[in-house]
Amino acid sequence: MANYSTNQFKNGLKVMIDGDPCSMVDVEFVKPGKGQAFTRVKMKNLMSGRTWERTFKSGESVEGADVMDTDMEYLYNDGEMWHFMDPKSYEQVAADQTAIGDAHLWLKEQDACQVTLFNGNPISVTPPNFVELEVVETDPGLKGDTAQGGSKPATLQSGAVVRVPLFIERGEVLKIDTRTGEYVSRA
Amino acid sequence: MPVNCRGRSDTRPVTLCLREFFVSDNPCWNSTASIENLRRRAAIIAAIRTFFAEKDVLEVDTPVMSNGAVSDPYIDTIECRYQPLVGGEVELKYLQSSPEYAMKRLLASGSGAIYQISKAFRNGEVGRRHNPEFSMLEWYRPGFDHRRLMDEVAELLLPLLGLSEAVKYSYAQVFESHLGVDPHHADLDTLRGVAAEHIDSDYQDDNRDNWLNLLMSHVIEPRLASEGAVFVYDYPASQAALAKVSEDAQGRAVAERFELFVHGVELANGYHELTDAAEQARRFDADNRQRRSESLPERPVDHLLIEALEQGMPDCAGVAVGIDRLVMQAIGTDNIADVIAFPLPRA
Repeated sequence: MANYSTNQFKNGLKVMIDGDPCSMVDVEFVKPGKGQAFTRVKMKNLMSGRTWERTFKSGESVEGADVMDTDMEYLYNDGEMWHFMDPKSYEQVAADQTAIGDAHLWLKEQDACQVTLFNGNPISVTPPNFVELEVVETDPGLKGDTAQGGSKPATLQSGAVVRVPLFIERGEVLKIDTRTGEYVSRA
Repeated sequence: MPVNCRGRSDTRPVTLCLREFFVSDNPCWNSTASIENLRRRAAIIAAIRTFFAEKDVLEVDTPVMSNGAVSDPYIDTIECRYQPLVGGEVELKYLQSSPEYAMKRLLASGSGAIYQISKAFRNGEVGRRHNPEFSMLEWYRPGFDHRRLMDEVAELLLPLLGLSEAVKYSYAQVFESHLGVDPHHADLDTLRGVAAEHIDSDYQDDNRDNWLNLLMSHVIEPRLASEGAVFVYDYPASQAALAKVSEDAQGRAVAERFELFVHGVELANGYHELTDAAEQARRFDADNRQRRSESLPERPVDHLLIEALEQGMPDCAGVAVGIDRLVMQAIGTDNIADVIAFPLPRA
């Protein structure tokens, strides 16, 4: 991969820090009037998710990381790995538990999601912001209780358990916000 | 809502870092600053002129393009190519990084108190608070020392910033209270250790002042943000630049220099000015030695300043204020593109 000098740093640039691929979240030029110039970067480690600040002397360079966000289709889970396919090239990749993280809670076969590849291997998976999933288990709905507040747990086809209004029945398809894990509406 | 040159609603300038303009391939033609912000800027500059007119300080205008360049190792001057015969040989000239040398030659010429609002230029300085071309207010007060000038800086700037008072700390005080270290005596290893506790970096250097500057800019400045306007004075003698050096109450050699930080942003730098020509020549030499040892570009020294000091410059204090940053602080933005119409990529 190419090396990047501090003057090429920008938000979203992916670089290798201490052996891990990292993404620049915020880039700031820091220079005391009479002192040397530095570039202070808020960095996110794409393996661990940790964010922290790192300082580079002006002119310092870092190695780029071969990281690509790719739109892929979720195929299936074989009990250990989650399999995805690039709909353009039909190439398939498999993500392990660490890479999939909590994303597996929202995956439905054939849904599109974003897979982050590092050297061609998945390191994280981002589901769509909104997904539609069927309720496979919940207490019977209360008729005529559409206005009143109150909620109950419901298990979705993906395995996630979300709080839903009391009137929701088993077999209904719900719209869920994956960023908060909250029920939005009936689909 | 402003519309940019591609006809889209342009809501981004408010949050967009200037760096983004520099890496973008398709600069827009329109102003990054809103017209309202440019009105505020004009009003601030008018207030500055009124302030000095009432105090009988003379407005002056010194060259932007000059034969000599600044000596500070970490300020790099932008070169320009002058041709005495059009199409003929090129003579290198330099865009001034500050009007300091020329204004001092005016003081030695007998000008009395003077101020200037001018453009200044520095290579490589691009960021949320930096554009390579920027505006500077600089003024000199014969008979003042740096302490009296700090009071005048506060008198001018605090009303423009909507602040009522400024606190003053010595350089030693801010290092002792925020980092528990004596900046005048701590050795290199101690400073490295303190930096390692607060800053993640591969930075290596054998120059104490570089470590002090790193700690100041990365750790102390952000912590001064909550205190509004803060003057820091009595810098280490090794950071005197063009200030006189004296002894503080503890007998330490300190530079009669101050800086003003407003909400954690460096806004002004002032000196009780060095008037000793021989000492000035020694500092120029030291700066050039440092440039050579660090493989930084060497530039011609301004011998005319030395000659002016030999002739005699009145005892005085002087200060430079970044006008763009002053307007940024007055408006409440942390993005220089909000207060200048055309940052370099759109220039």
